[in-house]
Amino acid sequence: MAVVTLTINDEMVSAQEGQSLLSVLREHGIEMPTLCHLDGLSERGGCRLCMVELEGNARLQAACVTPAAEGMMVHTHSERLVKYRMMILELLFSERNHVCAVCVMNGNCELQYEAAKIGMDHVRYDYLNPALPMDASHERYAVDHNRCILCSRCVRVCDEIEGAHVWDVMGRGANSRVITDLNQPWGTSLSCTSCGKCVQVCPTGALFTKGATVAEMEKQHDFLRWILDGREKKVWAHGNGK
Amino acid sequence: MNRADLESLAQREQQKQQAFRCRILCCASTPCLSSGGQTVFDTINAAIAEHKLDADVQSVATGCMGPCSRGPMVTVQELGKPDVIYEQVTPGIAQRIVTEHVAQQAPVQQHILPSDIPFFAKQQKVVLANSGLIDPEKLEDYVARGGYMALGYALREMTPEDVCKEVMASGLRGRGGAGFPSGLKWDMVRKEKAEKKYVVANGDEGDPGAYMDRTLMESDPHRVLEGMAIAGYAVGADQGFIYVRGEYPVAAKRLERAIRAAERRGLLGSRILDSGFNFRVDLRIGAGAFVCGEETALMASIMGRRGQPITRPPYPAQSGLWGKPTLINNVETFGTIAPIVNHGAAWYATIGAAKSKGTKIFALAGKVKNTGLIEVPMGISLREIVFDIGGGIPDGLEFKAAQTGGPSGGCIPAAHLDTPMDYESLKALGSIMGSGGLIIMDERSCMVDVAKFFMEFCTDESCGKCVPCRVGTVQMYNLLDKITQGRATMADIDTLQELCIMVKDTSLCGLGQSASTPYSAPCATSWMSTGPTFWIVTALRASVNSMRSRSPNGCWLNKETMRWQL
Repeated sequence: MAVVTLTINDEMVSAQEGQSLLSVLREHGIEMPTLCHLDGLSERGGCRLCMVELEGNARLQAACVTPAAEGMMVHTHSERLVKYRMMILELLFSERNHVCAVCVMNGNCELQYEAAKIGMDHVRYDYLNPALPMDASHERYAVDHNRCILCSRCVRVCDEIEGAHVWDVMGRGANSRVITDLNQPWGTSLSCTSCGKCVQVCPTGALFTKGATVAEMEKQHDFLRWILDGREKKVWAHGNGK
Repeated sequence: MNRADLESLAQREQQKQQAFRCRILCCASTPCLSSGGQTVFDTINAAIAEHKLDADVQSVATGCMGPCSRGPMVTVQELGKPDVIYEQVTPGIAQRIVTEHVAQQAPVQQHILPSDIPFFAKQQKVVLANSGLIDPEKLEDYVARGGYMALGYALREMTPEDVCKEVMASGLRGRGGAGFPSGLKWDMVRKEKAEKKYVVANGDEGDPGAYMDRTLMESDPHRVLEGMAIAGYAVGADQGFIYVRGEYPVAAKRLERAIRAAERRGLLGSRILDSGFNFRVDLRIGAGAFVCGEETALMASIMGRRGQPITRPPYPAQSGLWGKPTLINNVETFGTIAPIVNHGAAWYATIGAAKSKGTKIFALAGKVKNTGLIEVPMGISLREIVFDIGGGIPDGLEFKAAQTGGPSGGCIPAAHLDTPMDYESLKALGSIMGSGGLIIMDERSCMVDVAKFFMEFCTDESCGKCVPCRVGTVQMYNLLDKITQGRATMADIDTLQELCIMVKDTSLCGLGQSASTPYSAPCATSWMSTGPTFWIVTALRASVNSMRSRSPNGCWLNKETMRWQL
């Protein structure tokens, strides 16, 4: 694959052609906030936190879905971008009922982490306070829609890695909600393998293991890397498994 | 069927029609059907049978005739005489049309709509040439008026490259709203190397008040199919999809019949007109999401996925349906192809404005005397549309604004009435051409209410994929709601403006990017001091101020007073 040279924040770097801009930025130690992106899953481009400015392009682009190209001039932390990231986080906090003090993920939450890192200490918009349910019908896990940010990592991991496609999104706009099996209680799902991958990739406390109390939940993403490495090396290919 | 068969079919049908002394055309498109068109048609048929006129009078259920607010419409065509158009026909009048006009040659004077009024005189029908004159469910009617001749000509006399060049030379631009040169898009798809390519017609028209595409699909479905087949030949595709929104059952039914009829006659399917070209068209019905009018969301919907947009590039021309190069155009664009091939690009390029060639269909709605569907050459001024074709504002009120382009567009105030209606001029004003919805508002319309209405629409129709659009539109709607209720402060306006710009800059697709077009003033440049954007922001500020001040008798200013002020 060809190597391309691009400029990131006035610094020349080289990258593989077609490599996503986000991975180039991370390789070069530039911290980019992300919520819907997760190494090992397909890109969604939905959280809009990794937006960057490209010179010569009037529109901002999400780094996760933009391939690196020769001669690109990228700015990642302009005043405007930082302001927009802050506003997006504020919008996310205003959308549902994110109460860290009673959340199983307090201290380990990706949404909380990004907000703290960017210095978001209050929300200027009115809280929408929607009345959202919980589903604790599964014997090991539960979903609390109040903490969901609709990043769809659960949907993608279940479809792409586990191959069960239990999760999906229903509704539109602010009424969107993640559902299991055509909006049936999770516990009654026949397609769910109870593998728990969705719980492990969830960035917030929306999906959690039953029995965990405030700030007890910590999520492991490592398994994704392990599975994908295995697939790449064909460890589990037919006749190669031993 | 080959070209000779097609021509003889056309001749046979023409002779058949000329054998009738008189043809009674009844509009059977949605607006007229909803005001009792079906009963009128049934009454006419019964009256014809009653007077035993079956042999020399033919009744036809046609497509739209234009002045939709005056429906149901009936046209009487007699050999050697000008057509007579009747408006607001009730079953009683329908009966009289047959007994007095047709049987006794005495037209029912008080219900005739004069055909020389500006509503008709200023129009130029290219895409709607057959609309209101043919039975949309009869392939023969379309063929009798020269239908499928363009396809026959293109297949025999032109190479795919020629067709693309012809479309490019005509200056035709995408009628979906953005105005991308169609020929260029066709050529891009043609040049892609792939074993499979697709053609998609976008009939998912969703702008409030717009029904151009519905009317075209209902009134002349074969024209769209012919355009798609020519496009398929030009780009090298053998499969087409026509995506119709679920709220258009009549259009879907007529398209389905048209596809079957064309397949039976060998005008679609395998070896079209005895050439080596194969092209299938399948119908896809939407489930009612506005965002599915966005091309990537539409393609996701065709593929059976959730209708959500994805980031471009790659553009559909490189990687569209199932990763294959896909040509996607609005149905009106496809409807323009046959006349271009028939009459030549040079002819088409003589119509319209310098950079916007041809004609455009507008759905004229709101506070004008004549509402309905009009087709005008581009570059016509807004004033001509509103005051000549539309007949002006009813009840002696003042014109306030014209809303173009649906929720992505803007409002054009009275100061810009002389703006030519073309892509560039509307863009310079901060609005867009859009798909052709044109809502006229009089002095009683409150601009803040209009802004709120469109924001509510975007809130409902946001797909929920990206955060700025999903939550940002809700927050913007809440702020506008606060303003209309008189609870807002000046700080809210700043918050609103800041949000508008952020949502515009960071949203994933056109829905979010344009949701705030009408009031994201600080992005504006030269037209800021006069343009509609500034105007709405001024209205917002005035609204907040006056709603917070008390009137002399101590009560809050009521909302009706506000409406007149803004």
